[in-house]
Amino acid sequence: MTGRGESAEQEWVDDHAGPVVRPYAVTGGRARPVTGTFDLISLVSATRTDVGSESGLGPEHVAIVGLCQRIQSVAEIAAHLNLPVGTVRVLLGDLAARSLVQVREPRATPAGLPDEHVFEAVINGLRAL
Amino acid sequence: MDYGRSERPAGAAPLPTAIKILIAGGFGVGKTTLVGAVSETRPLRTEEVLTETGIGIDDLSGVEEKSTTTVAMDFGRITISDDLVLYLFGTPGQDRFWFVWDELALGALGAVVLADTRRLADCFPSIDYFEGRGTPFVVAVNCFEGARTFRLDEVQAALDLDLGVPVVLCDARERDSAKEVLITLLEHAMKLREARRRAAGD
Repeated sequence: MTGRGESAEQEWVDDHAGPVVRPYAVTGGRARPVTGTFDLISLVSATRTDVGSESGLGPEHVAIVGLCQRIQSVAEIAAHLNLPVGTVRVLLGDLAARSLVQVREPRATPAGLPDEHVFEAVINGLRAL
Repeated sequence: MDYGRSERPAGAAPLPTAIKILIAGGFGVGKTTLVGAVSETRPLRTEEVLTETGIGIDDLSGVEEKSTTTVAMDFGRITISDDLVLYLFGTPGQDRFWFVWDELALGALGAVVLADTRRLADCFPSIDYFEGRGTPFVVAVNCFEGARTFRLDEVQAALDLDLGVPVVLCDARERDSAKEVLITLLEHAMKLREARRRAAGD
């Protein structure tokens, strides 16, 4: 399309479609990450302070690396960037594939629940708040 | 599972692990208020878009028909220690989005079902869900001003709860009250684990 950005966009994107279409444009239409599963509370930390020289990364990738200088959960990244979680997962997959982030999956036993020490630690932590 | 371990700067502390507790209940019952009362920052909002794989670049029909829906979840964070971070997730109010609940409930320590005695039936779907899943939960009756006060055993009977399920009063706006609810849940969850382990004959 060669029309000016705004009018061209209005043809395709109404108020309801807006938040749906743009995130998928961010990921180039991909719905699944190339690697990783990324639970909502998987914790993410950037492995580098600057990825400006990396080719093939979009502004959202760079923004995630910036955010994750401090450890963030997938849910927090999505909230801060105002992107749906599914979109953030795809972007994180790209970054993980390049080892630009490290990811810690939530602690869980094979039964799907953390061990007793975790419960005790949380109770003590809450009491100390 | 750690991705990119080898890329980590030498000497950096390992990443903490995250755990979660769900805050459920009917619309407007105070879920986000409770999350905000104990979290270290104001509650954040994250969104999941439904029809996950349905919206390919070749498929605009979903957009045209507006069959995609965004489910919003409010959540907060409490840093318990250097290696443990607790997240509190308010479950989406729309009870039809069960698959989002399934994702949230997976690995959760337990759930708080917030109840408003003026609209007690609003929390039935949450209770049914956690009972069905075997997720430990407590019912916290949020004391709204002007709400008729019930005795806790009346609430317990009205909700047809198992006798072991704790029912507590709370003020979702108050940090200490919200803390107590969470601690009650965790103690209940620990007790349940112990009982289940014994029943399994370990």
